Amino acid sequence: MEQKEPIIRLDHLGKEFHTVNGTVKALEDINLDIYAGEIFGIIGLSGAGKSTLVRCINYLEVPTAGDVVFEGISMKGLDRAGINQVRRSMGMIFQQFNLLSQRNVLKNVCFPMELQKTPKDQAVKRARELLDMVGLADREKAYPAQLSGGQKQRVAIARALATNPKVLLCDEATSALDPNTTKAILQLLKEINRKLGVTVIVITHEMGVIEAICDRVAIIDKSHIAEVGSVSEIFSGPKSAIGRQLIMGDTVHADFGDSKLVRIIFDGRASNEPVLANLILACKVPVNIMYAATKDVNGTALGQMIIQLPKDEGEEKRVMNYLATAGIPHEEVTRDDF
Amino acid sequence: MTFDAATMDMILKGIQETLYMVGVSSVLSYLIGIPLGIVLVVTDKNGIRPIPAVQTVLGIAINLLRAVPFIILLIMVMPITQALVGTLVGSKAIVPPLVIAAAPYIARMVESSFKEVDAGVIEAAKSMGAGTFQIVWKVLLPEAKPSLLVGAAISITTILGYSAMAGFVGGGGLGAIAINHGYYRYELGLMLVTAAILVIIVQIIQEVMMRLSRATDRRIR
Ligand SMILES: Nc1ncnc2c1ncn2[C@@H]1O[C@H](COP(=O)(O)OP(=O)(O)OP(=O)(O)O)[C@@H](O)[C@H]1O
Ligand SMILES: [Mg+2]
Repeated sequence: MEQKEPIIRLDHLGKEFHTVNGTVKALEDINLDIYAGEIFGIIGLSGAGKSTLVRCINYLEVPTAGDVVFEGISMKGLDRAGINQVRRSMGMIFQQFNLLSQRNVLKNVCFPMELQKTPKDQAVKRARELLDMVGLADREKAYPAQLSGGQKQRVAIARALATNPKVLLCDEATSALDPNTTKAILQLLKEINRKLGVTVIVITHEMGVIEAICDRVAIIDKSHIAEVGSVSEIFSGPKSAIGRQLIMGDTVHADFGDSKLVRIIFDGRASNEPVLANLILACKVPVNIMYAATKDVNGTALGQMIIQLPKDEGEEKRVMNYLATAGIPHEEVTRDDF
Repeated sequence: MTFDAATMDMILKGIQETLYMVGVSSVLSYLIGIPLGIVLVVTDKNGIRPIPAVQTVLGIAINLLRAVPFIILLIMVMPITQALVGTLVGSKAIVPPLVIAAAPYIARMVESSFKEVDAGVIEAAKSMGAGTFQIVWKVLLPEAKPSLLVGAAISITTILGYSAMAGFVGGGGLGAIAINHGYYRYELGLMLVTAAILVIIVQIIQEVMMRLSRATDRRIR
């Protein structure tokens, strides 16, 4: 990371909302430096203030305290025209894509250039280049309603890049997409960052997103920054409670107590697959191995294993369903059975 | 039921007058109603350029006008009508009261169409540095178009309904025929025929606008 002047500096930033139910402090004393060329992640639980934070960066939300400094220019002092000028240097993409439903793909990408009064032929040429880059060159005549979620996000990315912004703000850009599409979109963001040198700011509640593309990450919890650091630093040793929770997940604290016990029978058929590992991955729940005895008979394992399921009824049910649908022989047992 | 040539002429002239009144009034009402609707939405406290004072005052003015029954309004605005068109009788004289009654109604229809536009799309436009005028012109109007057309079907039929009352104050058109001949002279057949023609006109307006809305709406695959 080049430790020169940050492209964006959040300086004691705060945001309060005044509602009928009183004042909501969405952000308090946020200090962050984001450097040109990096992919910066901001992660936090729902309601932590992530969206508010990213919307303050381009002044969609006007901070009630502190300042946003973009390329050395304080945004606090800017008038409406000045803010619009800065916004043109910052593209933004959204969870819900927010494409213009009555414009086709090409015209959607031309939209920000139209706002800047770029000559039409020039805009169309640039839009086609961008659509080519995001892999949608053949869909320029399609309307948003005719596209999949992933395709819509690609159009939104092309549109956000149309004015050659220096920064791309992404608010939960992959949260409405399936895992494969998410991977592809994240890859595209990374490519844009590497090829065009665009600074990317990614807001997410999924650690996987941070892990996949970010260089540095800030963890935001209850309106405050809990910790900031390189992704490897944070992953190897989260200092805050929220950091540990986000990285290791809630599951490490799962409550077992005297919950249900299940005997899994290895009949040689099920043993050539990693039954337990698959179960844990598919159900996303921890299980406790209480007893295991398997024997190798002509290359296949025979035997049994007794596992303890989590106390949570939903999780317990998920495991039982998984065992049933996967056709793994099993039976419920009591403590006295072993 | 047969009509002589004179009656046929009268009906044809009635159709013409009705179409004239409704056409002119609709165009003028929309010319006034759309900007008013835009102001209502833009200056709303959650709008793109909140000016609560303007919003409130305009809202009250619109509600006042909408609260007055058309037949009363027709009489109340007679001085304005006289000043604008120089007469108080005939199809021309019905246009000013129609516009004064319909414009606030249309402003509300337009307002509700604009409010249906996805806030996320407006936010996206803002994030690209769009100004207020650009958002109105390039986002609100095109995105609300299908809904505006459906609204127009409702507004124009309402204006048609109002125009039928012109007969009471010496205006023209099909409504006047129905009132003068059907109601005052008990010519039931003629009244039914004019009513039937009005129904057909409503049907045509409704159908054309709905089709136009559907055919131009790009949200439909
Ligand atoms: N316009 C608003 N008016 C009042 N309160 C608001 C407004 N916008 C956000 N808040 C409040 O500010 C806090 C932070 O909201 P924000 O949307 O930034 O959270 P988030 O981290 O993006 O959550 P999520 O992951 O659910 O999107 C919440 O308590 C929310 O209720
Ligand atoms: Mg959010």
